[in-house]
Amino acid sequence: MSGVMSSLSTPGNVVVSRRAVTEAAWLRGLLIALALAFLGVFLVVPLVLVFQEAFSKGWRAYLAALTEPDAWHAVKLTLIAAGLAVPLNVVFGVAAAWSLTKFHFRGKQVLITLIDLPFAVSPVIAGLIYVLVFGSRGWLGPWLEEHSLSIIYAVPGIVLATVFVTFPFVARELIPLMQEQGVSQEEAALTLGASGWQTFRRVTLPSIKWGLLYGIILCNARAMGEFGAVSVVSGHIRGKTNTLPLHVEILYNEYQFAAAFAVASMLALLAVVTLVAKSFLEFKHQRDRERAAHAAARQEVS
Amino acid sequence: MSIQVRDLRKTFGHFKALDDVSLTFHSGELVALLGPSGCGKTTLLRIIAGLEYPDSGAVLFSGEDATFTHVRERGVGFVFQHYALFRHMTVFDNVAFGLTVRPRKQRPSREEVAKRVHRLLELVQLDWLADRYPDQLSGGQRQRIALARALAVEPRVLLLDEPFGALDARVRKDLRGWLRRLHDELHITSIFVTHDQEEAMEVADRIVLINQGRVEQVGTPQEIYNAPASPFVYGFIGDANRLSGHAADGWAELAGLRVPAPEFGQSEPRPVTGYIRPHDIQLQAGDKGEGVAVRVESVAQVGAALRVGVRIPNGDTALQVELPHHGGHWPFQVGEPVRALPCAARVFARDGAH
Repeated sequence: MSGVMSSLSTPGNVVVSRRAVTEAAWLRGLLIALALAFLGVFLVVPLVLVFQEAFSKGWRAYLAALTEPDAWHAVKLTLIAAGLAVPLNVVFGVAAAWSLTKFHFRGKQVLITLIDLPFAVSPVIAGLIYVLVFGSRGWLGPWLEEHSLSIIYAVPGIVLATVFVTFPFVARELIPLMQEQGVSQEEAALTLGASGWQTFRRVTLPSIKWGLLYGIILCNARAMGEFGAVSVVSGHIRGKTNTLPLHVEILYNEYQFAAAFAVASMLALLAVVTLVAKSFLEFKHQRDRERAAHAAARQEVS
Repeated sequence: MSIQVRDLRKTFGHFKALDDVSLTFHSGELVALLGPSGCGKTTLLRIIAGLEYPDSGAVLFSGEDATFTHVRERGVGFVFQHYALFRHMTVFDNVAFGLTVRPRKQRPSREEVAKRVHRLLELVQLDWLADRYPDQLSGGQRQRIALARALAVEPRVLLLDEPFGALDARVRKDLRGWLRRLHDELHITSIFVTHDQEEAMEVADRIVLINQGRVEQVGTPQEIYNAPASPFVYGFIGDANRLSGHAADGWAELAGLRVPAPEFGQSEPRPVTGYIRPHDIQLQAGDKGEGVAVRVESVAQVGAALRVGVRIPNGDTALQVELPHHGGHWPFQVGEPVRALPCAARVFARDGAH
């Protein structure tokens, strides 16, 4: 049990002084046990079950489910959607965070609220918005049909829906960071003769690097895993407009449990990889700082 | 290079930061912009730097209009109150930044950059810190690096915004002397903002006193201390006893103290406020003779001076008196009746603009 700050030995017995901010041992134990039990029931057990079900018909069936053409197409479509949505949101997120934190203008608060909108509305509504705008009976539907362009029930609709739901991740990560950093470093760069682009690339970007990468990881995880919004606009056409999460649902509804869980295991794996990448980034960031400190300390000694 | 600002005005919403400011800064001088916080001194500095643009008025560099010249092209070195060092760069890279962002044709070679950076770091006596990151430096070291970084681009003007404001008193004092010596070595036109009168008096060739967006007085530290132009300057520079009273026929009567007021020659008494420095009052033992009778309330030794608090009984007015003291016993004791005799005072009309 921790909480021991220092021990003062007096003749005959040892006085152990504890931190003021602590609770009795049994209470700490109970709280920790509760947290662990919750984690186990809601996270670990389901994750284990996904993999167990996936392999319930053996390796061969698992591989077959993944290499089947429709599944393979779903993988590709998911990669395309994320591959487009993530860069778009990086550009948008950095631009939004930059303009919201480095400039003063009217309607700033409104813009900040708007950025959060995708978090506030249900993804199903996000999908429906696009059906209303681009669908055959929507605003732009007839015009799109005339020019034989399809957005709903096609890849562009899926990308649009994905962009919408992942909209806030990068901006949300950067805004507080850039707010805290202020503008004086940028001003310093300008007085030293740097252009706007040089200032961004050499001063702003390096100082938001870790926050940006973190935002990208979260944005990517959501882009690949999005179900609701994409489900509405995709039309569930096998081998054409199915992403991984949608493919899992179809297989499940057809009682192909092993195959469904095999595909699901890929998504679960993505989640695990994301978490590992995130921890690695945090670790590396920490190590960079420590290494610099050590280098300085060494120099001091020599 | 000389700098002129003409009729500068700047408002932020309803707040008048600068209200018709005109000033000339001569080539090679070190000027302090002094005033209470929120008086507009930093805004003036930022407009000279090009980090802010005035609503109206002009900024001239060596006689040429530079009001809307981009900060990048002005050739100013700016030192920020909180250093604004690039946190992810080493000290060396911070100082080299201004040289490495130049267009390729004007960019010095890598060896040349290294040579110049090391020369600058030697100038600020911190060459041994070249590989550190800003986080690993003390406040005083950071500010010296920030200065080296600003000097790297060979600016025509050096602008410092409360350069020692974030440092503790001792480091501040050291750096002041150091900045003065550095300026004497480089002779670059420099303007620094401060709210610390002692700092301005000690370092600057000339002081510009600013209050509520207007220039109150411009002059050398001696001029400003010896002949404050307005009640505000009296209140801001040094200590002064502030007394109300009336003036007529060239004399003012301030709570029983009679002082000459040649500006008030009229026979009708007018309400005035008088200012007397604590060291411009003499105390004489005994209750008979010249001056006004007062009672000693407190005596304290502060450095080489004796600070005596006295009270004028009739008007119940307190006065601070400062006497030179050369050790030994105190000439006055608490409770003793003495006489106070002002030897210099300045009187301002009370109904006027002030």
